[in-house]
Amino acid sequence: MNDFLNQMELVGDWLTSSAQWQGDEGIPQRLLEHLTYSGLSLLFAAVIGLAFGLLVGHTGRGAFAVASVANLARAIPTFGLVVLVVTLAGLSTAPVLVALVALAVPPILINTFEGVRGVDPAARDAARGVGMTEWEILTRVEVPMALPLILLGLRVAAIQVVATATVAAYPGLGGLGRYIVDGLSRNDYELVIGGSAVVVALALIVQVLFTGLRRVVVSPGLRAPASSKS
Amino acid sequence: MNDDEPLIRWQWIADHTAELADYTGIHLRLGLLPVLFGLIISVPLGILCHRWRWLYPPVLTVSNIMYSVPSLALFMIFVRYTGLTEQTVMIPLTLYTLSVLVPNVVDGLASVPEPVRLAATAMGFGAVRRVIQVELPIAVPVVIAGVRVAAVSSISLVAVGQLIGQGGLGYYITRGLQLDFPTPILTAIVLIMLLALATDALLVLAQRLLTPWSRNKVTSA
Repeated sequence: MNDFLNQMELVGDWLTSSAQWQGDEGIPQRLLEHLTYSGLSLLFAAVIGLAFGLLVGHTGRGAFAVASVANLARAIPTFGLVVLVVTLAGLSTAPVLVALVALAVPPILINTFEGVRGVDPAARDAARGVGMTEWEILTRVEVPMALPLILLGLRVAAIQVVATATVAAYPGLGGLGRYIVDGLSRNDYELVIGGSAVVVALALIVQVLFTGLRRVVVSPGLRAPASSKS
Repeated sequence: MNDDEPLIRWQWIADHTAELADYTGIHLRLGLLPVLFGLIISVPLGILCHRWRWLYPPVLTVSNIMYSVPSLALFMIFVRYTGLTEQTVMIPLTLYTLSVLVPNVVDGLASVPEPVRLAATAMGFGAVRRVIQVELPIAVPVVIAGVRVAAVSSISLVAVGQLIGQGGLGYYITRGLQLDFPTPILTAIVLIMLLALATDALLVLAQRLLTPWSRNKVTSA
């Protein structure tokens, strides 16, 4: 336990030393790289996942395909994909983006689809009955009702992406994983834990942001207990 | 990479079949034992959380925080205590499964219809026997849905363990990068995906065998 407390103190020193907060190797620079990887891949994944999830959820056609694609994408080892793309295409941001998009699509796709499909058919019928077009039914009835699940999918994806973007450092790319990988090769424990602490803090911020977003955008009538899928 | 290097050299695979089979076995062990341990922890923990609801939010928060720690970092933390061994990979993977398995056990138990619970009580089932013989079997589809997600992600995460020397098929991923040779990397990715998908298919089959009454119903993940 003493050993552990000593370690925490060293990590604290690392995190608060001014050298960590400036320059190309500093936390702000690494954080910016990390956020760029995470943000861009989440954006691409959201476009893909939402588009297909809404389409298939609304029409009800292609449900099996959606489940299979999501399953297949979940099985891809992110680490392997990053390394493969680096080997084939050289060092750039692309390998990280490809791998992280593949990681983030399944939760967004599945939850969007489940959310829209789970909308009470009576509500859909009523919307049709008052003369709404298909587009209006989707955007004004189905999406608002599916929003809790859609946000859940986006949150899970965001947290996975933020945590996994660290593997980018292995083949020589940047981001907060740099600290972990460099610490590993130099046997520098503080560097590893310090870097991880920043990633965990980032993930917690994402979690809080989504909780806040949920409060703001989900209709008050739907504010049931979190994570219920019924 | 050389421009004339093909994406895959079949000869390399043919030359390495025995070795590939060994690493596949190791990979399966490193990926699936954590799911088993995770299940052994999650079922009792889920039952407790279902019975005493105040326990659930803190358990959920802790397992969610665990989940947001990068696997690489978690491996490194355990290197200090368990060295460069298989445990160092399996303990973090076990912890990751909890964030999927515990909620699914709790949701599964919550899916038991109240009349069923009351009927079991009326038939003289005590609390423990009722959970084991009535509620858990009804919860199986939801629990297995969680096991499927946990198993597939666990199998694909094992590869990262290669950075501390224990990654099963991940060995070929780092090796391929060092040699600038895509064949082993691609082979490892395909084998890992096949393992994950085969495991997933077996779990679907297991669910059908365990819940013969729900065979005609579609269960959602």
